[in-house]
Amino acid sequence: MTPLDATDRALLRLLTQDAAQPASTLGRRLELSQPATWRRIRRLQEAGILAGRRLVLDAEKLGFGVTVFLGVKLAAKGAARLEDFERAVTAIPEVQMVEHVLGLYDYRLRVVARDLADFERVLRRRIMTLPGVGNVEANVLLSEERRPGPL
Amino acid sequence: MLDDTDRRLLRLMQAEPSLGGPELAHRCGLTPGRTARRLERLRAEGIVKGQEAVIDWRALGYAVTVSLRITLDKTAPRAFDEFMAAAREVPEVIEIQTFLGRVDVRLHIIARDLAHYQDIYRARVLTLPHLADIEALLTLSSIKADEALPL
Repeated sequence: MTPLDATDRALLRLLTQDAAQPASTLGRRLELSQPATWRRIRRLQEAGILAGRRLVLDAEKLGFGVTVFLGVKLAAKGAARLEDFERAVTAIPEVQMVEHVLGLYDYRLRVVARDLADFERVLRRRIMTLPGVGNVEANVLLSEERRPGPL
Repeated sequence: MLDDTDRRLLRLMQAEPSLGGPELAHRCGLTPGRTARRLERLRAEGIVKGQEAVIDWRALGYAVTVSLRITLDKTAPRAFDEFMAAAREVPEVIEIQTFLGRVDVRLHIIARDLAHYQDIYRARVLTLPHLADIEALLTLSSIKADEALPL
């Protein structure tokens, strides 16, 4: 793909703020015609840069008041153990994100719960019972900002 | 407040954010008009905040992702505010979270390669104010990243 120009970058910035706005609105803001806007969006999709959309919900209004980031160390290693752990951890509905990492921990998890008591239940019944799980460190999320990144 | 149909609608939209109105209505067993009214209400109540585009930074040439877990020197009264303000100025920082726990702040950093990461780390991270300790987790792979709520 040809390198991104300033208009592509502006388009990506607008779409990360609101992915549901019509091409006509985007085009007006970027001073492009609607078909030209469409062509750029399609090109960014085909290059895999626009990787989809995410629905943004107000977790608190839906009763999810607590988000916790967990660092998980496996007690025993080996390819089979990793696969077992990954299969089991991704099946937990409260686990929103799983990353395999290199460093002090083996996995980084993002867990959502209704409150701290609900989080304790998830931790004891679901996380601590995962195959191969060893040391776990929990940090309760207080605030979060997403930045536009190097666009 | 929410009934089963609302939850079903939100679950579908979380799983497939690009579904159109008629398809959503069909899968929820509602008429398009009723679906539109429910969506309108969920938006008006602030439960549905919108949709954001997901950017695949790898496709843009950012192959390295690092999670920096930072402890601040809290003896300085404005340590958090000053640190956050400075971190926002680093373009490669795409997420900033604050925590209650052993870690105070987490920075999610992307870089083109390890040499680029080292440049950012030395020139932009180690120069941030009020740093007490830094631990890095290098992302090897993303196993789950939908960030869906268990509705």
